[in-house]
Amino acid sequence: MKLIFEKSVSGRKSYSLPKLDVKEFQIDIPQHLIRNEEPELPELYEVDIVRHYNQLASLNHSVDRGFYPLGSCTMKYNPFLNEEVASLNGFKFIHPYQEERTIQGALELMYELQEFLKEITGMDDVTLQPAAGAHGELTGMLIIRKYLQENNLGHKNEVIIPDSAHGTNPASAVMAGFEVVKVNSNNEGRVDLDHLKSLVNENTAAIMLTNPNTLGLFEKDILKISDLMHKNNALLYYDGANLNAIMGKVRPGDNGFDVVHLNLHKTFSTPHGMGGPGSGPIAVKSYLRDYLPKPVVGVKEIGEYYFDYDIPKSIGKVRSFYGNFLVLVKAYTYILSMGKEGLKKVSELATLNANYLKEKLSRFLDVAYPDVCKHEFVIKGSSLKDYGVSTLDFAKRLLDYGIHPPTVYFPLIVDEAMMIEPTETESKETLDEVAAIYEKIVEEAKEEPQKLKNAPMTLSIKRLDEVKANKDLKVKFD
Amino acid sequence: MNDFPYLPHTQKDIEEMFSFLGIKDIDELYRDIPVLFKGELNIPSGLSEMEVKEKLSDLASLNKNIEEYGIFRGAGVYNHYIPSVIYPLASNRNFLTAYTPYQAEVSQGTLQILYEYQTQICNLTAMEVSNSSMYDGASALAEAILMSKRINGKNHVLMSKLVHPEYQEVSKTYTEVQGMNIEQIDYVSETGQLDLADLSSKITQETSCVVVSYPNFFGVIEDLKVIREKVPNEVVFIVVTYPISLGLLEAPGKFGADIVVGEGQSLGNTPSFGGPGLGIFASKKKYIRKMPGRIIGETVDQDGKRGFCMVLQTREQHIRREKSTSNICSNHAFNALLASLYMNVIGKQGIREVSLQNYHKAHYLARKLLETEKFKPVFDGPFFNEFVLESKIDPEFLNEKLLEQHYFGPLILKNFYENMGNNVLFCATELTKKRDIDFLCSFLEGLS
Repeated sequence: MKLIFEKSVSGRKSYSLPKLDVKEFQIDIPQHLIRNEEPELPELYEVDIVRHYNQLASLNHSVDRGFYPLGSCTMKYNPFLNEEVASLNGFKFIHPYQEERTIQGALELMYELQEFLKEITGMDDVTLQPAAGAHGELTGMLIIRKYLQENNLGHKNEVIIPDSAHGTNPASAVMAGFEVVKVNSNNEGRVDLDHLKSLVNENTAAIMLTNPNTLGLFEKDILKISDLMHKNNALLYYDGANLNAIMGKVRPGDNGFDVVHLNLHKTFSTPHGMGGPGSGPIAVKSYLRDYLPKPVVGVKEIGEYYFDYDIPKSIGKVRSFYGNFLVLVKAYTYILSMGKEGLKKVSELATLNANYLKEKLSRFLDVAYPDVCKHEFVIKGSSLKDYGVSTLDFAKRLLDYGIHPPTVYFPLIVDEAMMIEPTETESKETLDEVAAIYEKIVEEAKEEPQKLKNAPMTLSIKRLDEVKANKDLKVKFD
Repeated sequence: MNDFPYLPHTQKDIEEMFSFLGIKDIDELYRDIPVLFKGELNIPSGLSEMEVKEKLSDLASLNKNIEEYGIFRGAGVYNHYIPSVIYPLASNRNFLTAYTPYQAEVSQGTLQILYEYQTQICNLTAMEVSNSSMYDGASALAEAILMSKRINGKNHVLMSKLVHPEYQEVSKTYTEVQGMNIEQIDYVSETGQLDLADLSSKITQETSCVVVSYPNFFGVIEDLKVIREKVPNEVVFIVVTYPISLGLLEAPGKFGADIVVGEGQSLGNTPSFGGPGLGIFASKKKYIRKMPGRIIGETVDQDGKRGFCMVLQTREQHIRREKSTSNICSNHAFNALLASLYMNVIGKQGIREVSLQNYHKAHYLARKLLETEKFKPVFDGPFFNEFVLESKIDPEFLNEKLLEQHYFGPLILKNFYENMGNNVLFCATELTKKRDIDFLCSFLEGLS
């Protein structure tokens, strides 16, 4: 479809402003600092814009449109209630530099959310400042670094990260000034304990773990790993991207983790908004409290909430103001809606759905690790190669059936990987239908492989040339 | 029965699924966990929709909001008019409940929106390339400084003292661990503008970048032309900007900025207590491979039809891991959508008109406040929609009194800068009404 710039007609407008109600001043800005050409923004009338965005919306797959099992992204259903309450004037139209007594509702909400997150993770203190999961990772690793330095352990500069980890983990560790050491997975898809032991030394600062990991498997040696790390004065960082599997079932804090981040947009359904905003609070054990970014929200005995800047060894700020407040409102709403029983049920049903779909698909596709999984599992697509098709072809064919493909080619340790996370908000009928579609596509791969290679065929657009996009780089309209 | 509207499972479903899996109890699926949490979370039981809504409404009503209260405060988050068409269109659930466009063919809506956004940001800032958003202005600046090190390998950062104080703090947090050190550039006390002599004397062989804010935190418009002349070519010139001002002010790209960052909240996003905002990030094309964040590019499909997909992903964390340009994964795509919609609605004339209204309202406010004789001017540099005055009334007292009249007064600068005495930062936008300004001034007449 046309770009908005191609729809622009000189002289059209879709805004109206009241006449200036004050006198016009002589503009006293030096001439060379005044813009001499208007910025090239489109000129349209309102209906143009309305139709443009409605057309664009129809080109997107979304959770509201159909199954969206993007592994490790937790694309669960997003309640309308979350949106409605987050759009209240008392949340949307407040300024970050208002006097504290004029924002008691916002502070109470943040305080209570801190308390809920502590409880869910089994940790002692929380900051809501990070803007996304990866931002939380960076914050957590900066806290670990500062803690080590303050305790004469500044020489510890190595962070151990499994080969199955999210790409953000190594990237965040490096941004926080660490070197990355990779630990292998064993043939069960878990951290290879012997390899880990061989890597741990006096320079080991921390291990970053996702638990359950990206294969959907729980690191059952977690207590041994925790012992090993702590004996070596190293810390445990918990990547909360996969927390949706374990709420009310197991708490990272009880397993020895020292720092935990959460992805509120995933677990707490805030929604994902085409790629953000997310929110990535981190929770820490009490001995790390003094390193949190300023401020956290506290409460005085008289029931007055306040920003607590008394964080003596703070790493500093990682974001302006207090984090993605409106996302916090939605996560808080979700927690109130579900409550303690609901959150536990969410995790149980996410796990049940994943295992159910895994068993169904295992009849005609290879599951990489057959063990009982948590919220997600990984298919090894390499057997499709026998028919001359790839995981990518398979994924593109799924589009023709109106369902979103899983995460593909990740984790890196599984050949032709497809990582499937159905989430708890999908019904048994949907899972049955999905399994039937997968089976059908496997049959197609055997009989008409070209169909997969040509896919998608039913959308507004056919398969895109991503090589050309990178070679003839065009990143704006001229 | 289940009590949760977002969970579809009936008891019968669960039993059938259990039987399919050959299990009797959900905990059989958790059998590999050595320490199951046996207790009960100390969280209230779930509430009905009505109850949740009531509770949230109660909390919201404890906040004094700027739809009800007048505001003369900006300092990084601004109260601008948001045309009615924007939120309902953006809230389309096919935008709201989609994620990162990993599968381009079913994400053309998202991809085209972000491509259009990138184009608009380039056009507004006169830069060659833009990414599809960062978290906020502060983290965008921090990442720009890290990028300058990738460009020239150097560690010394020169930053104007009048870059937003929170951006300075965030930059310090991000860059210190990378061995970079930030030195402040002073300002001229008469003009409130960057001290050029101080800048020149502090540039060394090791200087990686120079960071200035345009307009600066005191609202004063810096002369980018003369600053650029003092910054050697091998030093990366980073400009922090406020997009609404660019309807009136010459674009930073025209002065040779290498990287332009800024907070995009003012483009169609509500103030939202400061978050989520929108990190704007644009640069010269020659640096595109050093840029952080997601970038959308144009391509064709098998039939030669135009389409869009993510490009240069080999810079990004999910491919490049520890060697990536940044760890950013989720960005602020939805806020970029709001900004893009705003720029479409306001259009090329609108952005100029909004900008001019801001200028005139702020100048009217300044003039009237000075006429009350309760304030003294502080700087004589040109300003856009924010300005510093020295208050003869104790600033806390002033703001208390204004609050009683349902106004948020100016920002008290001593909370951000030492030696600021009674200096305060006032702001007016197109939403600031003459009658509010007149009321404010007449109210102040009676205050001592």
